[in-house]
Amino acid sequence: MNRELIFKRVAFSSATLILVLLLSIFIMLFVSAKPAMSEYGLHFLVESNWGKIVKIKSDKSKAISQKTKRSADKSDDLFADEDSPMFSDQTMPGNDQSEQVVKTKTIYGGFVPIMGTILSTLIAMVFSMPIAMGIAVFLSEIAPKIIVKPVGIAIELLAAIPSIIYGMWGLFYFAPLIQKVIGGSQISLLTAGLVLGIMILPFMAAITRDAMNTTPDVLKESAYSLGATKFEVVKDIIFPYAKVGIIGSVILSLGRALGETMAVAFLIGSVFKISGSLTSPSISIPVVLANNFGEADPQMMSALFYLAFILFILSFGIIALAKFYFLRGRR
Amino acid sequence: MKRLMINKIVLLLSTFAAIIGLVFLAWILTTLFLKGIDAINWTLFTKDLIDGGLRNLIFGQFVMALVATIIGVPLGMLAGIYLREYGRGVYVNIIRDLNDIMMSAPSIVIGSFVFVVVVVPSGGINGWAGSIALAIMLIPIVVSTTDNMLSLVPTELREAGIALGGSKHKVVLDIVLKAAKVGLMTGILLAFARIIGETAPLLFTSGTNSFWTTNLNNAFPSLTVSIYDLANFPTDKARNLAWAASFILTITVLIINLVGRFITRDKG
Repeated sequence: MNRELIFKRVAFSSATLILVLLLSIFIMLFVSAKPAMSEYGLHFLVESNWGKIVKIKSDKSKAISQKTKRSADKSDDLFADEDSPMFSDQTMPGNDQSEQVVKTKTIYGGFVPIMGTILSTLIAMVFSMPIAMGIAVFLSEIAPKIIVKPVGIAIELLAAIPSIIYGMWGLFYFAPLIQKVIGGSQISLLTAGLVLGIMILPFMAAITRDAMNTTPDVLKESAYSLGATKFEVVKDIIFPYAKVGIIGSVILSLGRALGETMAVAFLIGSVFKISGSLTSPSISIPVVLANNFGEADPQMMSALFYLAFILFILSFGIIALAKFYFLRGRR
Repeated sequence: MKRLMINKIVLLLSTFAAIIGLVFLAWILTTLFLKGIDAINWTLFTKDLIDGGLRNLIFGQFVMALVATIIGVPLGMLAGIYLREYGRGVYVNIIRDLNDIMMSAPSIVIGSFVFVVVVVPSGGINGWAGSIALAIMLIPIVVSTTDNMLSLVPTELREAGIALGGSKHKVVLDIVLKAAKVGLMTGILLAFARIIGETAPLLFTSGTNSFWTTNLNNAFPSLTVSIYDLANFPTDKARNLAWAASFILTITVLIINLVGRFITRDKG
């Protein structure tokens, strides 16, 4: 067979690998999450208990007194399937009847991590967006030529620093400061969100600046020659011109913040609770995954994959939105 | 007058925002450097984690990133070549978009994917799984770099090659890739710098290991995963070790990035 054809086929297969990888991530996560999906359904999204053990026999007195009747009842009870790996027979000691066998099941719900993810990302975005815009405007319009380049390079280098560094710094230096200034707990949604914001700041600033820099000089110069101030050029020329690119950059940063694990893991506290106060600990989806994957039983594992699947769909949707609506034709 | 006032205020606010941002970032770097230089000493490089050093972790992290690069770069470059040199139409655009989405996929999700397809079948965490997770992070970056860099090569070069009677794959391999060499090298360096600092995809694929090992079938030592463990350990000794490790990691990443920049600048 001729080499040309072989090369072309190999290259084609490599390109198709991207599609295959993405599809297999989707399918494998879905398959692994299937038991939890069929068990909890969409209720998973609003269930706030994680790992709570509940009894599932409502008529247990009957079940204890008449064991034979219990097995007859079985066909009526949806949850009494002995073969299912999802449930365990558990002897509950300390009851009046020591022989008593009560069926229990463990409930897993994703509400707290989902809310934690959304809230920490929101805090991060609210905090970092104005600062990133400021930096971008500063770099593209205000700063003198000599410092544009070093500051620009510094920002890009900072975007390359591994996120675990931000997390560690946040835990040991930033959180104590926040506690002094605002109060509350060092480990909280607020500090996690703020550190996340600081982490995505250089990335957001760099790509927003790139978007602003696409504005043709001719447009800006015309405005200046008509007597416009710098602010008016930014507001009436650069923003309208680069609007689409700027929104796209912000959404890309949002996607990055959403899936970030390490910057958040140090600070959010891994507590399955939404207490209504931003200064108390909570948990986010990536952190649930990071902390529980190692020692999960099959049922919890499936719930974890359900969460991973939700995170994947969320980030896929957000990035796709940014690509299709805002960053078209940017390449 | 009012216009000028507003202008002044907004410019001040913007400059102020830039200063706030830079102060935070300077604060992080200063802490890292002070803490790191404080904690670093020669024995860290000669002892393994079990004896209070970092040698096996640095080696392990480097090996996994290297294996990931060896797996990922050829695949990514071939895919990029296909997109730019061979492909046409809808399919190429779909792959490009999917590749961009892959590039932004949460790293922890990639970790859990590799957990299902590699760790579970092989019976436990191991170095190969970690390398594969990193390779999946790397491939989309290399694809996009190759695609972009090849687009900068002038069409005339390709035409000249074809006119001399070269077959298409010869032209691509001997002319186009050579013309884009510097850009490609930089892209690969930056991609390497990106994956060597990853933690989340390694947490439950390679795990980490306190002992020296060169066998990728074992739980493999990882610098970043150990930083996470050490920083959460309540002794000063462990925390200092975590700072030293973070310092080494950051310096490595920054140096690779600077080298990448330097190479491209040299060529104009």
